[in-house]
Amino acid sequence: MASVTIRDVRKAFGSVEIVHGVNIDIQDGEFVILVGPSGCGKSTLLRMIAGLENITSGEISIGNRVVNNVPPKERDIAMVFQNYALYPHMTVADNMAFSMKLRNADKAEMAARVDKAAKILGLVPLLDRFPRQLSGGQRQRVAMGRAIVRDPQVFLFDEPLSNLDAKLRVQMRTEIKELHQRLKTTTVYVTHDQIEAMTMADKIVVMHDGIVEQIGAPLDLYDRPNNLFVAGFIGSPAMNFVKGRMGSGGFVADGGFALPVGTAPAASEGRPVVYGLRPEHIRIDPQGVPAEVVVIEPTGSETQVVLRAGGQEIIAVFRERMSAKPGEIIPIAPTLSVAHLFDADNGQRLVA
Amino acid sequence: MDDFTLFSIGSGTMTATATLSKDRIEPRYSAWERLKSNRDWLGFWFMMPAAAILLLFLAYPLTKGVWMSLTDVKIGRPGVFVGLENYEELIFFDKTFLYSTGFTIIYTAIASAAKFVLGLYLALLLNNNLPFKSLIRSIVLIPFIVPTVLSAIAFWWIFDSQFSIISWALRKWGVIDHNINFLGDPILAQATVIFCNIWRGIPFIAITLLAGLQTVSPSLYEAATLDGATKWQIFRHITYPLLTPIIAVVMTFSVLFTFTDFQLIWAMTRGGPVNATHLMATYSYQKGILGGQLGEGAAIATAMVPFLLAAIMVSWFGLQQRKWQQGSKE
Ligand SMILES: Nc1ncnc2c1ncn2[C@@H]1O[C@H](COP(=O)(O)OP(=O)(O)OP(=O)(O)O)[C@@H](O)[C@H]1O
Ligand SMILES: [Mg+2]
Repeated sequence: MASVTIRDVRKAFGSVEIVHGVNIDIQDGEFVILVGPSGCGKSTLLRMIAGLENITSGEISIGNRVVNNVPPKERDIAMVFQNYALYPHMTVADNMAFSMKLRNADKAEMAARVDKAAKILGLVPLLDRFPRQLSGGQRQRVAMGRAIVRDPQVFLFDEPLSNLDAKLRVQMRTEIKELHQRLKTTTVYVTHDQIEAMTMADKIVVMHDGIVEQIGAPLDLYDRPNNLFVAGFIGSPAMNFVKGRMGSGGFVADGGFALPVGTAPAASEGRPVVYGLRPEHIRIDPQGVPAEVVVIEPTGSETQVVLRAGGQEIIAVFRERMSAKPGEIIPIAPTLSVAHLFDADNGQRLVA
Repeated sequence: MDDFTLFSIGSGTMTATATLSKDRIEPRYSAWERLKSNRDWLGFWFMMPAAAILLLFLAYPLTKGVWMSLTDVKIGRPGVFVGLENYEELIFFDKTFLYSTGFTIIYTAIASAAKFVLGLYLALLLNNNLPFKSLIRSIVLIPFIVPTVLSAIAFWWIFDSQFSIISWALRKWGVIDHNINFLGDPILAQATVIFCNIWRGIPFIAITLLAGLQTVSPSLYEAATLDGATKWQIFRHITYPLLTPIIAVVMTFSVLFTFTDFQLIWAMTRGGPVNATHLMATYSYQKGILGGQLGEGAAIATAMVPFLLAAIMVSWFGLQQRKWQQGSKE
């Protein structure tokens, strides 16, 4: 086990820079998730940690050792690829034992380790099968087994669940989390699914276009997003952004209605801002802003309502069932006393 | 008449079908309609052209050849059945036949092995990211594209006893003081024709194996690297096993082509010097067509069949799907 430090890392393919100076500190034993939209450089960063991709500039260290020029096989990391990359001509057991076989490990030890990993992952009945004879979820577990057997310093996962169906994904999510709690190996996990990130991570790194937008614990990111990108990316359904400006008493939306802001940021009157309002932080309040119901989407456990107020669309999620019909006007108000306010020009969070 | 047939009759016989269901009268189909609607019949007729071609151009000549080898037919004279006399003659009295059989085996073994090793090496090289990749790949194909006879003639000149450029160059550098008699000395001639066969055969193997290499997912190599494999271990444990199916195919073809080689030898040495470079194919031609002993020539050609069958059997087992390919447990 080891910590991983990423300092000012940049990556360019030819003349195109893909990763623009990334800094991340990963503690020993931490489960860190890299999230971000497709093409933002998550896989590239992961592959740089693994050593499969050169670092254009900057420094990556694993356990206090700078690994910029250390070849992948000496970095003592194990990676689970998005497509699993199982060796098709080897049985499950051979796939898992391959790294030890290369090191001429003791036969008995090899068998013991494979057996242990297979037990953890429920692969015992599958040990003699070939990858072709496995389902997607089983293959995924074999890929993890191959990593576990290695007992590496760091696990790297590149979107390991993206090929699975929704149910299996939820199940595997729990299994991976459990596995980490048991093994306590430092893990870097890439996904573009923010639910995966929220549920599994000790720490989330939100990336966007090759830069890190914010690093923090899942709930910190949810409660205090640094900027509009993180605010919009974390949380589902996404946060509502109401455009407007700061008035004397609070926020005034472009449509004319006012929303409470708690403590207003200093010297902010007249400034154009974006008011961030999570769908689940909206309640019905007779004193609230009148909003027209556009669409009602009951999901059973909750009701998602698309509303229009002052020409801006707002999505609200209510725990209770609604009898309102489209076209009806309902008064809404934010439940939170502290509002998310962002600068309309640069998207940064405004602090009171 | 089963359901399937009713459905497959098509719109042309809709009325007939309707009648069938209403009045339960067997409708009368014309022979042509029956033909169109019956899968077996249709399949049979679709197969006929191919079967006819096979019969005409493969089975007939083969049978005829085997039959001729059992007669004493000569050019210009019909033969009578003589049993295995031709074979006895060849095996017990014809030293050249035994020699050419031996040389054919050696020729095939050495050339195939060398073509395989070099072709695989070349394929691995070409699979890397090289500058001007496609240009280099096209250049590699040249020996394969040039007609054999043309390249054989070029080689003939390169290895000529008087005008050989190799002798000339070596003499210029002072390595030797007289020309090397490449095609005049039996051992040298044998080495030379084997060399030319290798030169000509490499591209086919290299390009085919390259195609095979490109089907191997790069992430397997990455996974193996992370698992701690060296370059050699990656080749040994990943690349080579994944390539075995295509190696089996390509080597079967290579062995068959090499064993039956004719053009190259005929253009370069005509089997000489003193029959040292005769392959079974060239010797059969020499004996049967040029020497007029059609029966014995046919016997030599027929004698090749067991060897070819053996090669095919070996590859048949080599070609059998490996466990990991087919997905069943056995
Ligand atoms: N070998 C390469 N050569 C050139 N550009 C590349 C190369 N690999 C990746 N890129 C570019 O780098 C950017 C980041 O790619 P990367 O694979 O890291 O994205 P990602 O965040 O993993 O996306 P996804 O969620 O879709 O997997 C993309 O714009 C991609 O086009
Ligand atoms: Mg990716």
